Amino acid sequence: MKVSQIAEILGATVATGHHLLNTEISNACGSDMMSDVLAFVKDQGALLTGLVNPQVVRTAEMTDMHCIIFVRGKQPDECLLRLAEERNIAVLCTHLEMFRACGLLYANGLGNGEAGER
Amino acid sequence: MAENLKLHYVVEGDDFTSAGAASGDVKKLLRQLGAQPDVIRKVAIAMYEGEINMVIHANGGVIDVEITPRRITMVLTDQGPGIPDVEAAMQEGFSTAPDTIRNLGFGAGMGLPNMKKYADTMQIDTEVGVGTTITMTVDIPQ
Repeated sequence: MKVSQIAEILGATVATGHHLLNTEISNACGSDMMSDVLAFVKDQGALLTGLVNPQVVRTAEMTDMHCIIFVRGKQPDECLLRLAEERNIAVLCTHLEMFRACGLLYANGLGNGEAGER
Repeated sequence: MAENLKLHYVVEGDDFTSAGAASGDVKKLLRQLGAQPDVIRKVAIAMYEGEINMVIHANGGVIDVEITPRRITMVLTDQGPGIPDVEAAMQEGFSTAPDTIRNLGFGAGMGLPNMKKYADTMQIDTEVGVGTTITMTVDIPQ
């Protein structure tokens, strides 16, 4: 699934990373706890979170993710967006809550990186 | 990666915004050097958790990184409060971080366990009231 399709499914706006819209994402994870994201990293390409601070971008960077999706209408500030841009990470914003956003992406074929899944 | 490289970083305390900059820099460098992706990820995550810990608990510190063709060694040194009970601190879920840190997405008691999980070796030298030095290595498969 491309980043552009994720944006479409979630009705999300693209806050930064328009040049990454064609990047292919096959797995994702959802969490507000960055330590958990770091602990259970597999090959997720996207992170859904309601947490908004620069460490979300750092966590995505360390785990090789290409896309961050802020849920529940959370809006990143300029500082966060600049960091994401420098690190080549797309940032999407949706008004959907976490459960629904994850559910829609999963139902549309995005996995969570488990071997043999889907 | 034929040559040996030594890097030194100063991690500012109480600067949550720039925490992770050193780990990001090492990650970028390893990629430029052509290191294997799983080696890069192990180093990046282990060092990043250590860097965050320094900011949260120890008012910053210094990180020395040595890159050789066989392994990457990270030495994180702080002059923070020290760890009174290392065994307890190594348990997943054990945390002394305040709620303010939890609200930032850390402090779930996964930092040290994550570092141990991703590093190939990890040694903790700590003294209460003096500081902590954590040495981690990640081997480069030959």
